[in-house]
Amino acid sequence: MIASSWLLVAFPALGALILLAGGKRTDAWGHLLGCATVIASFVYGLVLFFSTSFDQASDTTLYSWIPVGALQVDFGLRIDALSVIFVLLITGVGALIHIYSIGYMSDDANRRRFFGYLNLFVASMLILVLGNSFVTLYLGWEGVGLASYLLIGWYQDRPTAATAAKKAFLMNRVGDVGLALAIFLMFKYIGSTGYAEVFAGIGDIPPAAITAIALLLLLGACGKSGQFPLQAWLPDAMEGPTPVSALIHAATMVTAGVYLIARAAPIYNLTEDGRLVVTIVGAFTLLLGSIIGCAYDDIKKVLAYSTVSQIGYMMLAVGLGPFGYALGIAHLLTHGFFKAGLFLGAGSVMHAMNDEVDMRKFGGLRSKMPITFATFGLGYLAIIGFPFLSGFFTKDAIIEAAFGQEGWRGWVFGGAALLAAGITGFYMTRLVLLTFFGKQRWREIKSSDGRDFHPHESPTVMTAPMIVLAVGSVGAGAWLILGDRLADFLAPAVGPLAESEHGVLPHAIVPWLTVLISALGVGLAWMLFGRKETAVERPQNVAWPVRAARKDLYGNALNETLVATPSLWATRFAVFLDNRGVDGAVNGLAAALGGGSGRMRRLQTGFVRSYALSMLGGTVLIVAALLMVRFS
Amino acid sequence: MNVFLAQQADRIELPAIDYAAILPMLIILGAACIGVLFEAFLPKHQRWPGQVVLTLLAIAAAGVALGAYVGGSPAEGTTTLSGTLSIDRPALFLWGTLLALALGAVLLIADRSIEPGGAFVAQAGIAPGTVQDRAQVGSTGMQTEVFPLALFALGGMMAFCSANDLLTMFIALEVLSLPLYLMCGLARRRRLLSQEAAVKYFLLGAFASAFFLYGLALLYGYAGSVKLADIANATAGTDRSDTLLFAGLGLLMVGLLFKGSVGPFHTWTPDVYQGAPTPVTAFMAACTKVAAFGGMLRVLTVAFESTSWEWRGVLWGVAIVSMLIGAVLGLTQTDVKRMIAYSSIAHAGFLLIGTMALTEDGLSGTLFYLLAYGFTTLAAFGVISLVRDSTGEATHLSAWAGLAKRSPLLAAVFTFLLLALAGIPLTSGFVGKFVVFSAALSDGMAPLVVIALVFSAVAAFFYLRVVVLMYFSEPAADGPTVSVPGAFTTAAITLGVAVTLLLGVLPAFALDWAGAGGFAIS
Repeated sequence: MIASSWLLVAFPALGALILLAGGKRTDAWGHLLGCATVIASFVYGLVLFFSTSFDQASDTTLYSWIPVGALQVDFGLRIDALSVIFVLLITGVGALIHIYSIGYMSDDANRRRFFGYLNLFVASMLILVLGNSFVTLYLGWEGVGLASYLLIGWYQDRPTAATAAKKAFLMNRVGDVGLALAIFLMFKYIGSTGYAEVFAGIGDIPPAAITAIALLLLLGACGKSGQFPLQAWLPDAMEGPTPVSALIHAATMVTAGVYLIARAAPIYNLTEDGRLVVTIVGAFTLLLGSIIGCAYDDIKKVLAYSTVSQIGYMMLAVGLGPFGYALGIAHLLTHGFFKAGLFLGAGSVMHAMNDEVDMRKFGGLRSKMPITFATFGLGYLAIIGFPFLSGFFTKDAIIEAAFGQEGWRGWVFGGAALLAAGITGFYMTRLVLLTFFGKQRWREIKSSDGRDFHPHESPTVMTAPMIVLAVGSVGAGAWLILGDRLADFLAPAVGPLAESEHGVLPHAIVPWLTVLISALGVGLAWMLFGRKETAVERPQNVAWPVRAARKDLYGNALNETLVATPSLWATRFAVFLDNRGVDGAVNGLAAALGGGSGRMRRLQTGFVRSYALSMLGGTVLIVAALLMVRFS
Repeated sequence: MNVFLAQQADRIELPAIDYAAILPMLIILGAACIGVLFEAFLPKHQRWPGQVVLTLLAIAAAGVALGAYVGGSPAEGTTTLSGTLSIDRPALFLWGTLLALALGAVLLIADRSIEPGGAFVAQAGIAPGTVQDRAQVGSTGMQTEVFPLALFALGGMMAFCSANDLLTMFIALEVLSLPLYLMCGLARRRRLLSQEAAVKYFLLGAFASAFFLYGLALLYGYAGSVKLADIANATAGTDRSDTLLFAGLGLLMVGLLFKGSVGPFHTWTPDVYQGAPTPVTAFMAACTKVAAFGGMLRVLTVAFESTSWEWRGVLWGVAIVSMLIGAVLGLTQTDVKRMIAYSSIAHAGFLLIGTMALTEDGLSGTLFYLLAYGFTTLAAFGVISLVRDSTGEATHLSAWAGLAKRSPLLAAVFTFLLLALAGIPLTSGFVGKFVVFSAALSDGMAPLVVIALVFSAVAAFFYLRVVVLMYFSEPAADGPTVSVPGAFTTAAITLGVAVTLLLGVLPAFALDWAGAGGFAIS
């Protein structure tokens, strides 16, 4: 069973190959094949899960990928508790979303290609979690980035989609450099990049190197998981089709950062500073995401910032080390259910409302779309931590663990997590009230393409996956947390779950305190949006905090100032040095407009004499430097 | 008289020649000479088929001879022609790489389906802009001398990679350069641009050769010999003037760095890549780079290993400058051929990092990188030659907008090649960067690796720009058409793409070959 676990990856990879290379010949049945491959992987994963003992990790080497001298990189898979859980999540939720997409994308002429990309994504994501070395992980890491990039830019006629895709790719590259550097550091100090060798040898290397590796891995995780300061791409990524937002930008890919840190637990266990930075990033992001989530009227953007915030919770948890690895993974799993469900619900609403995303134009949809309302409502209750639903168990466990830290950390991290729980209650209630309750504001207006709104319930192929996910949103938390079921299962992979003894708040109080704070948030939202009518137009004259939140708390401005502007200036400076670059660009444009050899001649403004001069200058520098090195 | 000659023959000992070892090179140079005879004696209509068959056969025969020799060759290598050529494992690997890349480039050169008569001018002597010149644009004739010229250049490159003394290396440098200068000026369209590129390349190339020669002279003054091994011996503990040594090394390196288009000696690259006929650009970009870095590897490893402490810091600076220039200036390019040129400058920086490592891993990593990069860039130029409008190739980036809608397959292939240039896993570019950077890292060049990773991330931006343009932009109304490639171009692009993928997924065999042995030191 384990030896042939490469089949898990092979099914969707083959599907992607057939669908993308097969062209229009596969249009008729392409979507069915796309679903079938993922379901096949899911079934394989299930059989593997039930037939195997996960007391220890089992590595299988498929072949020797990059063997050169001291560097031996094998292409291998690791089956252990952590990877098998992710396999089930990816293929399970993935299969549901594939099925949903049959309905959602039914009008799209390129539906077959869409399923090809989705299959490509699933295959890459499985490589990411199944790989048994950091290089194999990196392979999957780049693969999911590519698939995500292709799918964000799906609606090619929208310029915003292209911009969003580019932004996602670029911000991810920043993170990828971090991950690549971490891998090279491992190779330098340990001489290998396989999990087994790295984790065995990590204790023998200098502490500073461990911290550096941990921080660089975190940078990679921040890029992929939309954590501060690389969070700004994730909300823009909502330009993609909604099933993509549900699968890639909520349930699976964006949680890869959490996976990475949990997987690298033996590294993080050795560096307290590294863990502290992880928790700070997590705590900061979860507050940031929840605050910005209050400001948007775009239903998908609210959910996107909610994702940023919830992943912040997971980061906070895995940053707590042995106190939190299992809790972070547990929240990741339940979040996978309820956030995927919420996104599919949002997609169902958009499907009914001519692809409108502005919540101010919704209202009173609960009677028109009862199944969507019911499943969305359950997801909503789960995310705000309604007692005994999924979020109640997994999120509260994280808040509890945060308060379990000693001294200022307990107060700061616990306080941030608690406050964000209240804000979550607020923005999610606002979303539900604006969408499903109140006056049916869509009756008086037309959609942006001039059609009337005729909301209707979605077909069964879309509602069925939503129902399954809603069941998961209700029950998964209790099933995973009660009796430490997940923690015990994961113990061989990430170590046993530690219980804190010296927390700043007693364990018994925290859950009910959280419920209370969340209820306050819900109540506030009801006071503001439930009792009085909401205007269709967005009010412009608002207080400073709302303005700030609407500007993403200046996240884009920050990135602009810190990264974009300096690189722009550096580019300009370099171009200035290379005057030909400027001339070439300007003249190139002219040549394209006019054409003809006369203009083409002007394109070539570079003078040989200046080239020769720069060569001479370089030569003088090199010779002088060589002589100086020698005689200094 | 006869007696005198016989006495001379006794006195001058003929050097032992290992014909089996140098057979591939002899085949290429011999075929080049036959090609010249073809030009002189074959009737006009037979020249093109004759030259194509001859050239392809010669490359294939050289490949067979190389394959036959490798099996029984001594692992530590051998020198022949009284020590002027060193036939060792790196040389054999480089020869194989050069032959394979040249095969692809010759296929591109031979293609006449995209443009009637091919990418080359019918009569190079006609001044651009004249009536005769306009008339020959439509003619189906072609200057078939380009085939023997390519073979001469290829022979020069092979000699360059295995030259064991500096004088041989210099001659090989000229043999490989002169045909290239000519070939650059033979474009059928945009004659002025093409001729200007040729003149520029020639002038700057002559300038660089002068540096090389001056460096050679200084090193001869230092070591009393032009043999690499003698220079190595001389550097090992003598009281000779170090000024001669390091000034000589610096000037020698300038000549080599110029050929490898390493910044700040890159200035010719964008202009020449843009102006030369695209098949020639492909040939230059792939093969010249292999030859230049092959020569650099040998010179640095064999002759200057013991002084690496002194020169390495300087080459660090050169590598950083090259990566900076390539990655940053690539961002502002509006012409796709210029963009690939700047990409090649950035790649030259990465290659230089591997070249400096002077370890087994560094050698095999750099050799692998050359192989991988060569095929990717060859296929990229093959694709570029297909996107055309009424005036010839549409290389301005604005013309590439929305290409995916009109020609999804071509866009997908080009995207794959760009991803390989950016170093995404499962392409040869990733494996190449990985082995080169890890070799550099284990040789104590950690800061340089960090810088290289940052620059490779920056360079990914401009590859991405093209992908975005092709997939997410509206096609221009009077945009270019994508020619249906003939069998030759299809074969060349397929070869490049297949190797790029193969070396990304299953690189082990090539890494084995690249790491089979070091330079012969004698």
